[in-house]
Amino acid sequence: MSESKTLAAEAKRETISLTGAEIVVRALKDQGVTHIFGYPGGAVLPIYDALFADNGITHVLVRHEQGATHAAEGYARSTGKPGVVLVTSGPGATNAVTGLTDALMDSIPLVVLTGQVATHLIGTDAFQEADTVGITRACTKHNWLVRDVNDLSRTLHEAFQIATGGRPGPVVVDIPKDVQFKTGQYFTPDQIRHRSYNPKTEPEAASIARAVEMMAAAKRPILYTGGGLINSGPQASAALRELAALTGFPVTTTLMGLGAFPASSPQWLGMLGMHGTYEANNAMHDCDLMVCLGARFDDRVTGRIDKFSPGSKKIHLDIDASQINKVVRVDLGIVADAGKAINEMVKLWKAKEKKADAAALKDWWAQIDRWRAKRSLAYEASEILIKPQYAIDRLYALTRGRNVYITTEVGQHQMWAAQRFKFEEPNRWMTSGGLGTMGYGLPAAVGVQMAHRDALVIDIAGEASVQMTMQEMSTAVQYNLPIKIFILNNEYMGMVRQWQQLLHGGRYSHSYSEALPDFVKLAEAFGCLGLRATKPSELDAKIQEMIDSPKAVLFDCRVDATENCYPMIPSGAAHNEMILSALSDASVSDEGKMLV
Amino acid sequence: MANERHTLTALVDNEAGVLARVVGLFSGRGYNIESLTVGEVDPAEGTSRITVVTSGPPSVIEQIEAQLKRLVPVHAVTNWTFATDGIEREMALVKVSGPDRTAAKAAAAKLGARILDDRGQATVFELTDAPANIASFIEAMRPLGLSDVSRTGVAAISRDTG
Repeated sequence: MSESKTLAAEAKRETISLTGAEIVVRALKDQGVTHIFGYPGGAVLPIYDALFADNGITHVLVRHEQGATHAAEGYARSTGKPGVVLVTSGPGATNAVTGLTDALMDSIPLVVLTGQVATHLIGTDAFQEADTVGITRACTKHNWLVRDVNDLSRTLHEAFQIATGGRPGPVVVDIPKDVQFKTGQYFTPDQIRHRSYNPKTEPEAASIARAVEMMAAAKRPILYTGGGLINSGPQASAALRELAALTGFPVTTTLMGLGAFPASSPQWLGMLGMHGTYEANNAMHDCDLMVCLGARFDDRVTGRIDKFSPGSKKIHLDIDASQINKVVRVDLGIVADAGKAINEMVKLWKAKEKKADAAALKDWWAQIDRWRAKRSLAYEASEILIKPQYAIDRLYALTRGRNVYITTEVGQHQMWAAQRFKFEEPNRWMTSGGLGTMGYGLPAAVGVQMAHRDALVIDIAGEASVQMTMQEMSTAVQYNLPIKIFILNNEYMGMVRQWQQLLHGGRYSHSYSEALPDFVKLAEAFGCLGLRATKPSELDAKIQEMIDSPKAVLFDCRVDATENCYPMIPSGAAHNEMILSALSDASVSDEGKMLV
Repeated sequence: MANERHTLTALVDNEAGVLARVVGLFSGRGYNIESLTVGEVDPAEGTSRITVVTSGPPSVIEQIEAQLKRLVPVHAVTNWTFATDGIEREMALVKVSGPDRTAAKAAAAKLGARILDDRGQATVFELTDAPANIASFIEAMRPLGLSDVSRTGVAAISRDTG
């Protein structure tokens, strides 16, 4: 409070007196918020009252608070703006925990406002009381309990600054009900600056110079690019394209980075990692210079760490200093915003008239082409059953040239989508990478469609995942959001089934759903269009019907139930030990079985 | 890699939950805490200093420092272990019981401990010293009737103005 008073005095501006609830709405508007995803309850009723009186913000009423958080993630990931959530105390807050954790793992900026019981009731086990800041401390970038209405506007502005600054992430502001009722001073965003949070975003010139020298000397280089490029903004993707064009280096992309580099570029090797392409993973293994740009050496990417890219020098660019040397020791760490740093590399490369080692690069590309010739994404076609890969290919083909946004759930369908759907630009691909949250995709699609009303928003789903947040179809109908839920229905938790087949002797313990809803009837019950395809021959027409429908659609695409997702690096194996298609069953070490 | 013992201090905003954030970081990521102290530095500035003694291989220590710096209310993190200008001190209250505490008192006087209380059947000593000397003192008292120990944990500061 003293802090805000000092700053306010410095600014020498008149302040405005508002109730806490009015401060919330005013602060959101001053932060440029146009949409919030929420669910009312006792402890946030004053804020809902303030929203009722003000029509400057669109509130999206979800059906479960987890849905609000994923919708806000989809909104944030597709727009580059923070996603905002408003929920009540107790269960409202605890239901938001999965989405908060998801956003923390994938660096998605969320500002989540939670109601809290009145300050005099805190600690008394009051109705719908939960220790929200305690519960969410480990799953937020930062959180606050606001006990004084005069601290509220400062805290809210800081919340936006911290959610979006540096490495983005979710924050929680917990606001007791009496604070919402009380009258206090409102400070505008320009009057507020957080005193200790000042992330470094500018790269050091010496590091950039060293990186450029290392790149110019490389004989077998690879650019390993990730979600940091998406978070940095479109200028980072543009800078990457320029760097790739200047150097002629091959580029691979993590699950979170898809779209940062155009899939149509001949320099793109596809996604890397557990279900990445043969060429991407082998290039990672055999390279002599790895340039990691905005990725974090996740275990899904590296495979077995002690056999990870043994012969390479490594450069790691990350905005979060704690990522450098966390998993893999690198030769050069650069702590900076990805876009700024890559731009500096491009500038210096041009200024120094650097040339890549053309002869060495030619040999390297020849080797990459030999790996590509394995056609690691190939699958056995069928005229009887819809192969899930075929379904994704047809979905991609029939939606090409449209304004498409893709979300996914988690599992095999997610990997097939990541492998086969081609993205040319950033912010088009929304998926739960780090946390692997089944149920992410449907509400994320709601959030994406709220931000892009005219776009074609498709959730590529599995029948198991989609049932986790199915209730949000009702939200889609309420707001006339024509989201398309394209379910690859194999009646199994497919990735669980695949692991049980490969690692657990084919003992399919509880991975088969013996009862499933009739998705077509379910769609009708929600007020959507339900479609079903069971044969390859009818798939195109049904997909077209889905695209053409002005309604939200549940598409029950019945696919080959036992198809596995290949290629695959089995647990505990290295990048050059991939299993290709269904040719062989994996032999997995006991050590590997311990890993997930 | 072998474990090393390191003393880290973090200058933090003195706000609700800041200690829980630091402790939660250690427990959540599986780092060790050997001792932890916290105290206000400047009430006007609203800052506190948290001193943590931890152990782990060098790569883990490096991660701990980086993770601490990532916490929003943390202004600065210092590792005193290899700093030549750092001073570490700890205070211990040590109780020795028994009918005859003459030997304990003599040994304690040699090691620079003060007597805080000497009534009844026990003597309470106070010693402020480097953590290793505190440990030696406790070991010296053990055969002489040591009955209880209370240690504050380490506080650290630089010799210059830093």
